[in-house]
Order: sequence, then structure tokens, then C-alpha cells
Amino acid sequence: MKAVFTKELLDNFRDRRVIINTLILGPLMGPVIFALMISFMTRQATERMEAPLELPVVGAEHAVQLIAFLERQGVEILDPPDDPEQAVRDETHEVVVRIGPDFAEHWREGRPAPVEIIVDQSRRYTGASVARVRGYLSAWSQQVGQARLQLRGLHPDLTRPVYATVTDLSTPESRGGMLLAFLPYFILITVFMGSMHMAIDTTAGERERKSLEPLLINPMPRWQIMAGKLAATTFFALATLALGLVAFVYAMGFLPVADMDMALNLDFRVAAWAFLLVAPAALLAAALLTILASFAKSFREAQSYMGMVIIVPMIPSLWMLVDPARAETWMTLVPLLSQNVLILELVRGEPINFVWVGLSLASTTAVALLLALIAATLYNRPRLIFTSA
Amino acid sequence: MIEANGLRKTFNKGKVVAVDNVSFTARDGQITGLLGPNGAGKTTTLRMLYTLLVPDEGSMRIDGIDPEVEPLKVKRALGVVPDSRGLYDRLTARENIRYYGDLQGLDRRTTQSRIDQLVKVLDMSEFIDRRTDGFSQGQRVKVAIARALIHEPGTVLLDEPSNGLDVMTTRALREFLRHLRSQGRCVVLSTHIMQEVAALCDHIVIIADGRVAAEGTADELLQRSGEKNLEDAFVRLIGSDEGLLA
Repeated sequence: MKAVFTKELLDNFRDRRVIINTLILGPLMGPVIFALMISFMTRQATERMEAPLELPVVGAEHAVQLIAFLERQGVEILDPPDDPEQAVRDETHEVVVRIGPDFAEHWREGRPAPVEIIVDQSRRYTGASVARVRGYLSAWSQQVGQARLQLRGLHPDLTRPVYATVTDLSTPESRGGMLLAFLPYFILITVFMGSMHMAIDTTAGERERKSLEPLLINPMPRWQIMAGKLAATTFFALATLALGLVAFVYAMGFLPVADMDMALNLDFRVAAWAFLLVAPAALLAAALLTILASFAKSFREAQSYMGMVIIVPMIPSLWMLVDPARAETWMTLVPLLSQNVLILELVRGEPINFVWVGLSLASTTAVALLLALIAATLYNRPRLIFTSA
Repeated sequence: MIEANGLRKTFNKGKVVAVDNVSFTARDGQITGLLGPNGAGKTTTLRMLYTLLVPDEGSMRIDGIDPEVEPLKVKRALGVVPDSRGLYDRLTARENIRYYGDLQGLDRRTTQSRIDQLVKVLDMSEFIDRRTDGFSQGQRVKVAIARALIHEPGTVLLDEPSNGLDVMTTRALREFLRHLRSQGRCVVLSTHIMQEVAALCDHIVIIADGRVAAEGTADELLQRSGEKNLEDAFVRLIGSDEGLLA
């Protein structure tokens, strides 16, 4: 078994393309994409918040005081486009405000004066601008309302029967955890990518080279040969996992998280825990991919299967993104989902729940061993040995 | 020594009969040739002998060992050069052979000295430390043979060993097989080439349509068929000239 293991490693380390792809590009891809994405997103967000708001106003002449207020707030009032709706539709402007001719009349009579905010809310990037416009309008509305009450000798607090405040218990770490919601997905995909090439090369590749038949003539139980191959594949998966985590730790150091009042709880201690959590998943990935690749006659055929399997680690992650649920015990029993849940807890800076970690390790290892067992018996089928029999 | 008795193997749930009632004996210190047209069942017979296929019926003994009972022991007694040479392209010839030494459970020193020996006998010194990627057919066969013999098996099975070899390499191969015979080993090769068996084999087993059509020395076969040369004898014995031109 050791002989198979060392030979497969030597064999694949000789292939420079494999090494670059799986041990360098694979682990780096996640962190780099991730870091770029996050820093771009945050930069965009702060820029939007801080840049002066340019606001075309239709009928500005009907509400001179409002316009003056907006200008005091630093809003740059623009001349309105001829067709405001069309301007928003074709994205010349994110948002246009229209003040109708009856504004002044309503205003004088003390009735709510209509102001129209024209926007396409399905365009998500306009959200920040719209929120700012709404904020300015309601600030002014409140200011004027209070002044009116005071003129009539009433205390403005009369209109505020309830004073609601929010006490935010989130920590910089837990806010950073929101940002790291993608992390489990990237980690799991790294593991699958890491074992993919090796799984194909040691099984379908062996058939394609027609070296499987001579190999099996050696006096060695077939399960041992498969075990050696599986060990080599798992080794590769673990290596990519370790490299990927290290890359993540360094990549996160480049993010301007302090500006966002967040802390990314991803240091080497957390990475070590993540490694421990995902390690059984590496065996699971290796075994699963090996089983699939064993049925393929050629490298190409195997690769086409892999394209589908690579979706498997995505399912729990996507689910967690779409429907963020509270971590519960049953989740830690489901392989791949449990890694997702527990890594998220980890990066939120929650204390480690050893029972959950234990359950996750045990359940994932059990499933992984079962798959490994299935893989080990595969070479007892003559159909999988001979390419043409 | 190999004894095969009434071997039968079918595929596709019995629809395709590949080998039907094949019996023969291959003795130590002799070269036995399985001669037959393409698709006659030679490879299937060999695969049963080297335990990758389990026969539906019949029994085999290799040096008295039953492959179905003690497959690992039989594998240690056998050196096999299958139809597919299957070398690892990214490894050197030496590493390819050493891998099989490791799989056979030999220690590194033994493997090393045997490789040196085989390099000498098979004349491989020129390419032994090159990666097998880009090797010629002849070089590949040599590596495959060295790989199969690293544990010094008493019985050597070769499936179409001279396939794709040029004249010079074929001659060297025959010389080497005679060398194995002189060491007292039991050598079995399959081939569809007449001249090969005529030049090499002490004992000929003609297989056609999954059955043994005839068995004996070259002279015995000539006598039995009443023909003057082996080729005609072969045609007469298998009852057609199908496959001869392949």
C-alpha cells in the first residue's frame, strides 16, 4: 500500500501542470477572488456613501426651501432631464426627484406636500442613493413638522409616543463573520478541486494508459492497491486544503476591515480548527471522486463527471446563503453541511462547541469511510479492469 | 508448470463464449506457444491463468497452486507481460521496474541488483534512466518484461510479446525467451504469428473459436495434418484460414 502511495505521489509530482493547477492555482484561487471581491465591494460602498449626491430635481422652483435644505446637506442639485422616467430607465440617472406644481399649495394649507422619488428599485446599485434621498427628505420633513408644532405651542415629543433604540450585540468578529459567509464554500471547493486530478489520474488515467491490468497482476490484495491510491488522493486534498487556508489567512490580512468596523476572525488558530473540521471531508471527497472516476474509461470521460460532482459541496453553502438558519445539532450530523455551519460559527468568534465538532468529525468520517470501502471493492469487478472486456 | 483443465469463460451473461473447454499443459524448461487467430480466446485464457478473470468452469494449477484458492501465491509465482504494456510515462524505466519490485514486496537492494542484471541481459542501459514517455515499442516491451521478471518468477506468461516489434528487436526477444528456457522456467506465449511458434516453441497449442484444435510439437502437428509446412497444417487444423492474414 505504501508502495502505491509513494509511486502515485512521485508520478503526479512529476507533472508540472498538475502541481501548478492543484497545489498553487487551486488554493490561491479562492482567497484571491475572495479578497478582491470583498475589497472591491467595500470600496464601492464607502465611495457611494461619501461621494456628493447628484440629484436632478424636476420642479425645483416649487419648493425653494427644500432645495436650499438639500444644498446645505451637500446635495448637488442638477437640472432635470426632459423625460425623468426615461432617464431613470436608461440609467442616465440613478434617481430623480419630482416636485409637483401643487406642492406650494399643499404646503401653504398645511397638508402633506407630495414629492415623488423616481427610481428603478430592481437596480440594486441605486439602493444607497435612494436611501440617502429618503433620509434627507424625512429629516427635513421632521424638522419642519417640529417647527410647526412649536409655533402652536406644543411639544414636538407629542408626536413620538415611543422611543425605540437598538442595542447591537454584534461584535466586530461576528460582523466580520457575515463577510466570511463565503468561506466554507471556498474551502470545500478547494478540497474537491485538490483531489479531483489525483482521483482521475489514479483510476481512469490508469485505465487509459492500460497500466491497470499489469498493476493488478501483482501479488497484492486489490483493496490495498485502491487504499494506496485513495491515500495519495486524500494527501493531495489535505495539502491543497492546508495551502488554501494559509493563503486565506494571508489574503484576509490585506482587507481594510478596520475601516468597516469589522474584524476577520481568521488567524492560524482558526485555520487549524478549520483544517481539523474539513480533514474528514477531504477523505470523503477523495473517495467520492475516486468511485466516480473508476467508472470512466478515460480522463476526459471522468472530467465530464467531475463537472457535475463539483456542485455537491456548493449545495449546503448555497442553501446557507439563501436561507440563513440557526446552527442546530442535526446540522452537524450532515457531512459538508456541518463543515459549513461550524466554520461559520468559528469565524464569528463563537466559543467552540466540542460536542458539535465531535459529531461533525464522527459523521463525516463515517460516511467517508463507507465511501472508501465501496471504492476499495471496485477493482473486484472485471468490467472496471479491462477497457474492452 | 501449468496445467489447465476444461477452462470455460463466457461474457455478457453467457451470450458470448470466449473460451470453451481449453485444456493444455506447459512444462518447465519449455516454451509453450498458444497459437490462434485474433479473437480465438488466447488472451482470455491467459487472463484466467493470471487470475484477473475467474473461469466459469474448469480448473487450473500453476506449480500445483490453484489460482482460485490462493490468488496471491499464484501471482508471486507468475511473471506476466500482458497485451497492454501500460508503463507510467512520467516515471523513468528504472522507476517503473522498481515500483513493481516494491509491489512484489522485495527490498530495495534486491530490486536494485536485479534491475542491474536485467538491464544487462535486455540491453537497456541506454534508456533505463529516461522517462518512458516517447519510448519505442521495443523499449516498452523490454521495460514491461523486466518489470514482470523482477521477482524472478518460475513461470512467465507473455501475451503477443512481439506485437509491433521490428525484426531486430524480435530476434533479441526470442533470444531472451530461450535464455529463460535454459534457466528451466516455464514460458508461455500467445501469438497469431506462425513463424514465431515455428522458430521458438517446444510445444504448440492451437486455439480456435475458444477451443483447443490441436496440441503437440511442430513435427507432431505436421504429421497429424499431413501437410508439409506449418502454415498449411495450421489452416487444416483450425479448419479455415480466417485470421491468418491479420
